[in-house]
Amino acid sequence: MSLDFKPGAFNDFFREETFRGDFTYRNSPHNIRRFPFPFDRDDYMYAVNMEPHVPGRIGSVFEKTFDVDEHYVAEMIDRAKVLADDPLRCQSLPHMTLAGWDLLELIMESKARDYPEWFSLEKNGNRWRWINRPLGIDHSFTFLDEATLPYGPMEYITRQTQGDFTLQDEREGTLWMDAGIATSQADWSVDFDIGMSWHEWHAPVPLAHEMGIFDRALKFLLKLQHGAPVRRFNWTMTVNPLLDTAPETYPKWGPTKTSLTQENLGQKQHLRVELQTLYRLPRSNAIAFDIRCYLASFDELMTVPKWARRLHRVVRDIHPDLATYKGFIRNQPAMVEWLSKYDDGKPTSPGWWPEEA
Amino acid sequence: MTLTPVEPTIKSRPVYAPLEPRPGHLHLIIADGEGADAVTDMLAKTSDAGQLLASAHLMYCPGPNGTDLTERLRALGALQFFRAPTIPALLPRLKRVLVDAHMGSQFYLAGTEGLCGQAETAIMQTGFPASAIQKEHRGSTVRRVQCVHCKGITENVATDPFQCSHCGLSLFVRDHYSRRLAAFQGVNIDAEDPGDVPPSVVRFK
Repeated sequence: MSLDFKPGAFNDFFREETFRGDFTYRNSPHNIRRFPFPFDRDDYMYAVNMEPHVPGRIGSVFEKTFDVDEHYVAEMIDRAKVLADDPLRCQSLPHMTLAGWDLLELIMESKARDYPEWFSLEKNGNRWRWINRPLGIDHSFTFLDEATLPYGPMEYITRQTQGDFTLQDEREGTLWMDAGIATSQADWSVDFDIGMSWHEWHAPVPLAHEMGIFDRALKFLLKLQHGAPVRRFNWTMTVNPLLDTAPETYPKWGPTKTSLTQENLGQKQHLRVELQTLYRLPRSNAIAFDIRCYLASFDELMTVPKWARRLHRVVRDIHPDLATYKGFIRNQPAMVEWLSKYDDGKPTSPGWWPEEA
Repeated sequence: MTLTPVEPTIKSRPVYAPLEPRPGHLHLIIADGEGADAVTDMLAKTSDAGQLLASAHLMYCPGPNGTDLTERLRALGALQFFRAPTIPALLPRLKRVLVDAHMGSQFYLAGTEGLCGQAETAIMQTGFPASAIQKEHRGSTVRRVQCVHCKGITENVATDPFQCSHCGLSLFVRDHYSRRLAAFQGVNIDAEDPGDVPPSVVRFK
């Protein structure tokens, strides 16, 4: 497969690594400490847990609107491979093109503002010039004119942005997932879910419906205002640093779940965290949903003692329905056995940040 | 035979209610198998079935279990009556009729989930609101299932797990329904332990 971009710049920062085959993905020591560890206490249950997506602690994944980290270039290469293998991973119903332009504008403006050394955007009326230096892209196009882009606007910009995205149209008092791209998804299918309403696409999630979680979250999101994005965490477990855990390819990666031993678990078992952010878009009134995936191996997480203690307690005590839905029930006992060696029983401080050094 | 009871298991599952006669310029009635009974029950609720039938286009095909009530529906005397041998043979005519259907048309779908779902998808693609479409599930509960792996759709699935008619994988039927595809989702059951497939049980009849 040939890439339509030219990586290579800033390669002292962006890692050359793979999310498939030999799985050379690793986090640098610096990147481990900024990992968005999702547990703010020693146990876990569903919660809506939305908070304003405002600039957060310097150096954290919350510092910028769209976090660009050391895995950026490698992730974009992996996305290009997934889309070449299966174009159905990116779909947009015809009425969602304007929302795609809204998203393109939001991302380009944010990245050019937050990372001027890597991205720049020049506007002359609707004639725009976009420069993405890490990917070697310098492209002039006409805003709102699809014919001047090589892909639809959503696909164009998300091929240059970490995270899966869906675009929700709002009508009939609910949200409709009418466009999306997913190459780093935790086992849900764009092709199957596209066109579904809010409650339809969340149907397979256990417990949360009965808890009223989805009714409350929908009510909250329908009030989402332009310029006031929100964020929350979700998480699951993945064997190997495999970004693309798609249901489409489950027969290929499913057997890896049986490959864990006490010897290789620390290297192979990864905590998979989704930083989910939601933005109301200005022209289309659609809502953009960014599902950004962060992976860290158990070995990497154990370098932070607070996280080591807490991860053991969360995995040990989680509701079995959630362990089943998240797909790690078969490996839960092995994980608990492995993690228990890193839990000395000491109390942990509140909140998810690592202890200060 | 009355409305097929459906356990309220999942949120994406379509909701089915008995058909009610409604005022409209055109009444498009699409049914298969035991859905014919839902049509005659609906007509029995109006004092002027003759007027509704005088602006009705009725399309019917036998059900997957062989139930064929063609003659009962033909005898109703709708403005137009069409009998197809199967759902795929019925859909091209429905799509052609939809081109000329105007706002104010009423849609009555009755029978299997496959029939109701595919007819609803065709109607919604033309831009009619969901509120113009009534659905009543009668007869067979066999399912139309899309293989999430190869994307092929297997019709009339009765057992769980079942073998995908396209790629041959053993699939379990996930309680997850797409109106766009008019299909439930099928997921490989032995992906983590290849060859370890539990015996099939009949879940849908």
